[in-house]
Amino acid sequence: MVKSAVLTGEYFMTGDVACAEGALAAGCRFFGGYPITPATEIAERMAQRLVDIDGTFIQMEDEIAAVASILGASWGGVKSMTATSGPGFSLMMENIGLGIITETPCVIVNVQRAGPSTGLPTQGAQGDMMQAKWGSHGDYEIIALAPSSPQEFFYQTIEAFNLSEKYRLPVLIMSDEIVGHMSEKVIIPAADEIKIVSRLGPKGRKDLFKLYAPGPGGISPMPAAGDGYNFHVTGLTHDEKGYPAMNVDTHAQMMSRLTGKIKNNLDDIIRTDSYKLDDAEFAIISYGVSSRTSMAAVDMARDLGIKAGFLRLITVWPFPDDQIRALAGDVKGMVTVEINLGQIHREILRCVEGRVPVHLVGHSGGTIIPPEDVVKMLKEAF
Amino acid sequence: MRYNSDNFMKKPEHPLNGLIRKDRIPHIWCSGCGIGTVFSSCLTSIKNSGLDLNKFAMVSGIGCSGRAAGYVKLDSFHTTHGRAIPFATGLKLANTDLNVIVFSGDGDLFAIGGNHFIHAARRNMDITVICVNNFIYGMTGGQVAATTPHSAISTTTPFGNPESPFNLPLLAYASGATYVARWTMLHVRDLTESIGEALSRKGFSFIEILSPCPINYGRRNKKLPMEILKMYQENTIIKNNADPAELDIDFERGVILGKFIDKDRPTYTENYDKICRSTQNV
Ligand code: SF4
Repeated sequence: MVKSAVLTGEYFMTGDVACAEGALAAGCRFFGGYPITPATEIAERMAQRLVDIDGTFIQMEDEIAAVASILGASWGGVKSMTATSGPGFSLMMENIGLGIITETPCVIVNVQRAGPSTGLPTQGAQGDMMQAKWGSHGDYEIIALAPSSPQEFFYQTIEAFNLSEKYRLPVLIMSDEIVGHMSEKVIIPAADEIKIVSRLGPKGRKDLFKLYAPGPGGISPMPAAGDGYNFHVTGLTHDEKGYPAMNVDTHAQMMSRLTGKIKNNLDDIIRTDSYKLDDAEFAIISYGVSSRTSMAAVDMARDLGIKAGFLRLITVWPFPDDQIRALAGDVKGMVTVEINLGQIHREILRCVEGRVPVHLVGHSGGTIIPPEDVVKMLKEAF
Repeated sequence: MRYNSDNFMKKPEHPLNGLIRKDRIPHIWCSGCGIGTVFSSCLTSIKNSGLDLNKFAMVSGIGCSGRAAGYVKLDSFHTTHGRAIPFATGLKLANTDLNVIVFSGDGDLFAIGGNHFIHAARRNMDITVICVNNFIYGMTGGQVAATTPHSAISTTTPFGNPESPFNLPLLAYASGATYVARWTMLHVRDLTESIGEALSRKGFSFIEILSPCPINYGRRNKKLPMEILKMYQENTIIKNNADPAELDIDFERGVILGKFIDKDRPTYTENYDKICRSTQNV
């Protein structure tokens, strides 16, 4: 058996396996999971691999417990993750909120399938995108990435850990069944070529320590249980010390820290990519597996003389409002491509504010969108 | 010899001072509530253990008992409703040097958190679970719990309770707990000893403590705080090693207290190391 966390080399791998390898390369040493199609392979790979590298795998009794366990492990000082799909993602919402309010780094992967409810368990969709943003109660900001290939799933998992450690929150990877189960070439670089970010620990006198006092970049340094700080962590509204404080002012201060750390760092967090967008008259906007549809559609449209270009959202949350707004000034129309009935589409409409027409190419899930549908929309709508 | 007014006026230090977040006092518990007594028993056991206090962590769920984590000067976690045990599971597995105590109430641990309880016991997770059983949801104002007796009135069972309560030690035993005991908050010395014993055992330890909620149970059921304590004194029988199946709570008949289970069985971590890790090393 291999004993290395980073399996440097070239492989033919599924997205799910590449995700697990990315997690290990990022330093993840705890996985608390629950089986669910089409994410199970991530748990299986972690169960196989963590024992070799001094990590721990546990299959919990449900997805509520899975997230509780990874939050506990994170406060134990270990990078932790879980992976699921729609029905499990619904159960995870409760403790995602706890992770947000307690500022606990961890990574949660959703390999999306078509819902609602049990839906189409073995067939892909992108229908949980709004749930990723709003699924847990209360206001909050979240970070969510969307990979379009196994190779990108590998890198995004590392990136998700780095962002979660840097900004101290659960980071979501919104993949889908198609990327999760597709096999492609995955190159795993040498360990020293992988950039890894780890949470900052506190310094200074332990008796004066305040759990949520702002540190470098406004982010509070995070101790681990057992370090001697005797800290208190609560899901109640809390002050800088981490103590419950049931009043409007403390709540507003806490919320401004929780949302501010994302809103004030959009340039550092948001990642987009483009394809033939510079001279485009029509922009296709998409993410995750539907990026592949969109890339193909750009080339097919250009063959027909339609000047199409593509903006790919690598991070979907926080939403790249500014980029979409700017794009609305540069093109004559837009098309959103996503495997749902128009979730990110609404965000685009919100940012475009009616300045150009925006059309949706989407369906309720179960299969990839053919590029022909996008070309047809470009031809007919504009 | 000079008269020193400072010394004269100085109150003696509370023996548990080092373990309490004095800056969080006063606590929220009502006068006459039993939680505080169980809490100080627990802290006394922690102190008496002689173990490094920095290696203790307390995890609570939601409810009146769940506030304990907010008053203890240890690394402490006040989590979501019912989820203290799976949180504690992750914490313990991330750092097996920690002594992880779950301190919570019956509603939290056995209704919304019941599934987590039985699975942690089955796995023999090396944690100590202390359950303050006051037979009611106290914090939300006195609703029926999974422990409420048939005879009791609650705000959601205004005509009496149609459901049967859990026998918690039986549930713990059947699920695989390796240490199971029941006391009342009146039996402070036994309880403190028992918590100390549970802390020293590896594996899943469970202690149920019967405790009054005079405000949201006693008031509605015409039981004054002193009457409840009297009942704890007079209508209980200490019977160590009693058959867990006999432990249904019936104060008319007499409630059995004591240590019922104290055995050795490999913990999750021991099994994981032995079964999973060593196989890989062959
Ligand atoms: S409501 Fe009941 S359980 Fe809660 S603090 Fe008051 S007396 Fe104690």
